Amino acid sequence: MDFLNALVVLSNFVLIPAVAYGSQLALGALGVTLIYGILRFSNFAHGDTMAFGTMIVVLVTYLFQSWGISLGPLPTALLALPFGILGCMLLVLFTDRAVYRFYRQQKAKPVVLVIVSMGVMFIMNGLVRFIIGPNDQRFADGERFIISVREFKQLTGLSEGLAIRTTQGITVVTALVVVTLLFWFLNRTRTGKSMRAYSDNEDLALLSGINPERVVLYTWLIVAALATVAGTLYGLDKTFKPFTYFQLLLPIFAAAIVGGLGNPLGAIAGGFVIAFSEVTITYAWKKVLKYLLPENLEPSSLMQLISTDYKFAVSFAILVIVLLFKPTGLFKGKSV
Amino acid sequence: MSTENAFLIGDGMTGGYGKSGPDILHDCTIAVNKGEIAVIVGPNGAGKSTAMKATFGMLNLRQGSVRLDGRDITDLTPQARVAAGMGFVPQTSNIFTSMTVEENLEMGAFIRRDDFRDTIAQIYDLFPILKEKRNQAAGELSGGQRQQVAVGRALMTQPKVLLLDEPTAGVSPIVMDELFDRIIEVARTGISILMVEQNARQALEIADKGYVLVTGRNAHTGTGKDLLADPEVRQSFLGG
Amino acid sequence: MSETTKNIALFALVAGLFIATGMMQSWNASLTILNMALISAIMALGVNLQWGFAGLFNVGVMGFVALGGLATVLIGAKPVEGAWTAGGFQILLALVLGAATIVAAILAYAKLPAGRIRNIGVLAILLVGFFVYRAVFDPGVAAVEAINPATNGNLGGLNWLAAARDSSVRQADLFVLLAWPVGGLLAAGAAWIIGKTALGLRSDYLAIATLGIAEIIIAIMKNEDWLARGVKNVSGLPRPVPYEVTLQDSASFVDRAAGLGLDATTASTLWVKTLYAGLFAVVLILLLVMAQAALKSPWGRMMRAIRDNEVAAQAMGKDVTKRHLQIFILGSAICGIAGAMMTTLDGQLTPGTYQPLRFTFLIWLMVIVGGSGNNFGAVLGGFLIYFLWIQVEPMGAWLIGVLTSGLADGNPVKEHLQGGVAYMRLMTMGVVLLLVLRFSPRGLIPEK
Repeated sequence: MDFLNALVVLSNFVLIPAVAYGSQLALGALGVTLIYGILRFSNFAHGDTMAFGTMIVVLVTYLFQSWGISLGPLPTALLALPFGILGCMLLVLFTDRAVYRFYRQQKAKPVVLVIVSMGVMFIMNGLVRFIIGPNDQRFADGERFIISVREFKQLTGLSEGLAIRTTQGITVVTALVVVTLLFWFLNRTRTGKSMRAYSDNEDLALLSGINPERVVLYTWLIVAALATVAGTLYGLDKTFKPFTYFQLLLPIFAAAIVGGLGNPLGAIAGGFVIAFSEVTITYAWKKVLKYLLPENLEPSSLMQLISTDYKFAVSFAILVIVLLFKPTGLFKGKSV
Repeated sequence: MSTENAFLIGDGMTGGYGKSGPDILHDCTIAVNKGEIAVIVGPNGAGKSTAMKATFGMLNLRQGSVRLDGRDITDLTPQARVAAGMGFVPQTSNIFTSMTVEENLEMGAFIRRDDFRDTIAQIYDLFPILKEKRNQAAGELSGGQRQQVAVGRALMTQPKVLLLDEPTAGVSPIVMDELFDRIIEVARTGISILMVEQNARQALEIADKGYVLVTGRNAHTGTGKDLLADPEVRQSFLGG
Repeated sequence: MSETTKNIALFALVAGLFIATGMMQSWNASLTILNMALISAIMALGVNLQWGFAGLFNVGVMGFVALGGLATVLIGAKPVEGAWTAGGFQILLALVLGAATIVAAILAYAKLPAGRIRNIGVLAILLVGFFVYRAVFDPGVAAVEAINPATNGNLGGLNWLAAARDSSVRQADLFVLLAWPVGGLLAAGAAWIIGKTALGLRSDYLAIATLGIAEIIIAIMKNEDWLARGVKNVSGLPRPVPYEVTLQDSASFVDRAAGLGLDATTASTLWVKTLYAGLFAVVLILLLVMAQAALKSPWGRMMRAIRDNEVAAQAMGKDVTKRHLQIFILGSAICGIAGAMMTTLDGQLTPGTYQPLRFTFLIWLMVIVGGSGNNFGAVLGGFLIYFLWIQVEPMGAWLIGVLTSGLADGNPVKEHLQGGVAYMRLMTMGVVLLLVLRFSPRGLIPEK
């Protein structure tokens, strides 16, 4: 019984949140890694791209709510999601035409593109704050829980409860659908394969008649969709705040690098590695241990390795370890 | 030697890389007839690869022209030349290492909008090992197998002429012989082959026509047999 | 010669901006902007060293600046009575133990043969070390933070002189100047750790690593209350220049002010700011001279050779990673010095105000607009961009005011636009960056 209770506590506070957070990071890291693979630079504006897409979702959600449109138990944001993706696509395509394409034609060094993406980040950052403001936006509605602590306790008779929030469920399901679609696209369609070919060997891709501008166009469209979905899921699960999205850049990049930049499968693995590390290291283990250890050994402190204020340090530490020992990432990414 | 009815000819080519690069080729002529094998040999830095790339439009020609089957293609981009019926296998990074063998072939056929399953089947007939490894990542194959993938990829557009840049670089002698056998087989299907080779003797043995280039100029031209028999060529390039 | 003329004209133009502000707004405002512009110019000099000389992409400027600020507290502030004996030494011991753990783990990794024994050994050292560290550290922190938490709860600084002095008379305290080089040292230490890890890999990796360390430094400064009170801030830091109140009490000062036709209050604020500007200018000129000498030295030439062709430099037997580490540390140290100066100017440390956009990306903008690779360019960019950063907001407000003048007060569109003025400058800075990169990538004063 104690063991079951410990397991329930562990699931409730560690496993489920980490899976949800990991899915969000994985979607974000997929965007970063695709840009890196195809356009060959680290896009510092990715966090703010996520924020922009999510902002549109939030605004459209508010609009739908004011019209009384809802999805019943599911959050209205799911209805608004396509609009966010569309808006985000328009934004990134405009950015590509207006900014990045010039440097692509110049064959600029990657680091120049990184600096350019910093300028784009500035503008998107300002744009988002200008339109929606810098504050928290809570836009999740519908049923709060798939299963609440009380229901779980009644159901099982355990003294510890397990809650699965609707947003957590939606996150995992959506992430699964999106990732399946993405991999189907990359591995089964002609355009998807041409993207992989371009990422693998640009010169040979050109020789084979693959049009780079088309590849870039599709990449941006996919990245916009991934960024908006990732941002919306994160916003539903927590809240939407522009600055938080900028800060997500670090765990997202850590995830992409840990997995191997340019490798989509690695981005997903990296997202979960970062999320699980972050959650387990910042979790106070006392509650789990009190069920597992004999009474006289029960820990007096919280048994928290480091405080949640330092969760960035976890992504950072993992990043440093990977850079030191395996710079190409767990899955073989592109060159160091 | 007559080049009038050559299928692909780079005629009197002079030029270098980039807009302002120094000239590497000087009035250099390279031609290949239908279904034949032409080989470019010569010392290091003679401009062998450059001459071949010039016929593929990767150079700025200041003089001379390139004609394919009588049509002047001097102003076409490499991509357009692929569409016009040329296939090119670069010396290095000539496959998509992270993609499977079959996907490499599919990418070779990227510009084709028709059903190319027959072509894939033909290439598997030509290179049986590729059929066996069709679902393996091309980067995991051995050197000789990778070259077969590279040639197979270039054949997917059903080119009328195939350009090979040192196809046997870095492979063992046994594999080299096998590769040459395959290349002869490709030529038998009616595809003209123009290739640059370091292994001059072996290459000239299978060549219908050979070009010896020195510092970007035609030094000797003749059939493979003639060149192999030419004492001057033997002495200066084939090691006696 | 024409190039020199152009550069002098550019500097004159920027000087003109400050003079115009002085005439049209107030000299006080102009000097306030000038002081921060001087500090920004120093930061730009540091970033230029890294990017302009060596092509290193440091996105963690904010972290190094904040470390400099921390140094100001740790050096300049009065020690908190009893904090060291209560737990300070214990914290110090814990930190030493923590460092020893890491060193031991590194040694074990290097000495033991590869395999399971090594992995388990290193892991065990780290785990045991971590728990020992926490066991020593936590009680020490608790003891320090228990001391008078409303006003202190931290270790305070090393300024024993100030503690011994009569605090009823507020006077200038030159001891705090010592914090500036110490700030540089702290930043250099952090840079060494980052450089050891991320240099020698792709340029993007350094960018991400520095971005990370900056966030972590800020997180530490926000949360470790024993260090510098975290988000509760440390205020009332001593300053190296006289206090306005003291000046106003001085009869000779009031007389001299009256002689210039100024009232004592205005004169005192202007005088204090001018003194600061003088101090900052001295540091800026000193660093500028040093940076120029470095640029022209064989060392500087080698740096640029490495930047332009790393492979060739490596082939010539240059240890690229080591050189990069040197310049990365130097540049970060300069940012640290500037950070210490800024906190000295503010008289308080507020970790919550460190924003990456303001302290990292703005500095980058200065370097790129000014002309990366040229020290004078970086300085010019520092002045110009900081000026714009401050003045764009009132300009934006004015513009919005004009644009929405047709709308009635209380109109939601008008109110929203007016509320968003603050974010206009983010966009403006981004647009400036992109325009410069696109149309004048070598900046206002290009590299020679």
